[in-house]
Amino acid sequence: MPVLPGAAWELSPSVSLRPEPFGALAYDFATRKLSFLKSPTLVDVVRRLADAADVEDALLGAGVPAAERDRYVAALGTLATSGIIRERVAA
Amino acid sequence: MTIVVERPQGGRLVDQFEYGLDAPICLTWELTYACNLACVHCLSSSGRRDPRELSTEECKALIDEFERMQVFYVNIGGGEPTVRPDFWELLDYAVAHHVGVKFSTNGFRITPERAERLAATDYVDVQISLDGATAEVNDTVRGQGTYDAALRAMANLKAAGMKDFKLSVVCTRHNIGQLDEFKAIADTYGAQLRLTRLRPSGRGADVWDELHPLPHQQRELYDWLVANGDLVLTGDSFFHLSAYGEALPGLNLCGAGRVVCLVDPVGDVYACPFAIHDQFLAGNLREDGGFDTIWKTAPLFLELRSPQTGGACTSCSAYDSCRGGCMAAKFFTGLPLDGPDPECVRGNSETALAGDRERPGSSQDHSHTGTVRNAPVPLTLLRARPVSACDESPLVPG
Repeated sequence: MPVLPGAAWELSPSVSLRPEPFGALAYDFATRKLSFLKSPTLVDVVRRLADAADVEDALLGAGVPAAERDRYVAALGTLATSGIIRERVAA
Repeated sequence: MTIVVERPQGGRLVDQFEYGLDAPICLTWELTYACNLACVHCLSSSGRRDPRELSTEECKALIDEFERMQVFYVNIGGGEPTVRPDFWELLDYAVAHHVGVKFSTNGFRITPERAERLAATDYVDVQISLDGATAEVNDTVRGQGTYDAALRAMANLKAAGMKDFKLSVVCTRHNIGQLDEFKAIADTYGAQLRLTRLRPSGRGADVWDELHPLPHQQRELYDWLVANGDLVLTGDSFFHLSAYGEALPGLNLCGAGRVVCLVDPVGDVYACPFAIHDQFLAGNLREDGGFDTIWKTAPLFLELRSPQTGGACTSCSAYDSCRGGCMAAKFFTGLPLDGPDPECVRGNSETALAGDRERPGSSQDHSHTGTVRNAPVPLTLLRARPVSACDESPLVPG
């Protein structure tokens, strides 16, 4: 699922993150599926999503270098496909 | 002596797992040694309740600890967990504290009412044990009437609308030829098939020689698993078969003390569900500061998380795939832990298996000592014809 840098996303409400030395475990209580976030920076980005104006803002806040933005946006796309993050609807 | 080695950054996830995690991914909790059955291959030599069993309050405190550590779900087994009078209370408590539960059962107590309750909770998954796709094959191992009980439980779960519960099968030489039939049974009830390896642990050590799949059946099993891929769960059971070629889905590593562990009914913490033995005992919840402390600091666990040597297997071209196989299987068959698995598909353990070996035996046994209503049906009833009707007690299996 494509994630646009200008869109607002958040961690899905049924998903919990558990920090680990390599990144984090993500468990979806609704689907009972376990996934792995393979870098601490990616975990930081995901955690920032809910309070950031958009994906771009979260990447900036987590200090992702400009050259690596695309790679992180692609990684978020993978998380979106597996339902770990979801698009935020305006309240 | 324990050497703590610094964890490398990045790289493959499986390499990271070898250094251990802050909490287990997959934790098995045997809630009781009590069981209404007497399966011949029981991993935990269950039957009789242990009087030292954790109390309801101790169980709840452990669930609280799992919640703090973010252990997302636990696999509850036994024994038969549903024979604990507080089982359903503990299940509700776990769910309320964000600890998902998958529990294994022989199905005797999964009534239509229980099935309704189970189907109503997302956090609970059920695993029904069945070791034969026919009553003839199943009841020989699990006991008379157990095939019917398992199918009745699955019918109740299906009727209640429970989806994707598990049908769990231990692979033996008598059921490898039934894999398609197991799949068909699972499909009938809307269940997912789970195949696991027969381990020579507990009473399994006594029957392993007669029950473990023959070499050509291992190949048959591997080909079947490759053909069915993600549709069939294996609990990462068969990574020793990866030496045939293509790796099977899953982590393909021994997770003992790194990503898995076992808590037994009296609070002993072991490295893995198949290693209930003093040699793999990391500590006790009551005596050694609780689960978190044991998981993070037990010398046994730190040792398992330090780089292991492949020993005799290092020079084998398949070592990267099979990682030398299962530690527990080697231990309970009396093979060296840094050598090949007893079911090494390259046949590298044949010489060692044929030679002198000392099997460690078990360090606990809760097996029933009297008769059991649903006892396994022996294949041969009598070794010799009794001279008179009174020479064989009808109550003691021959």
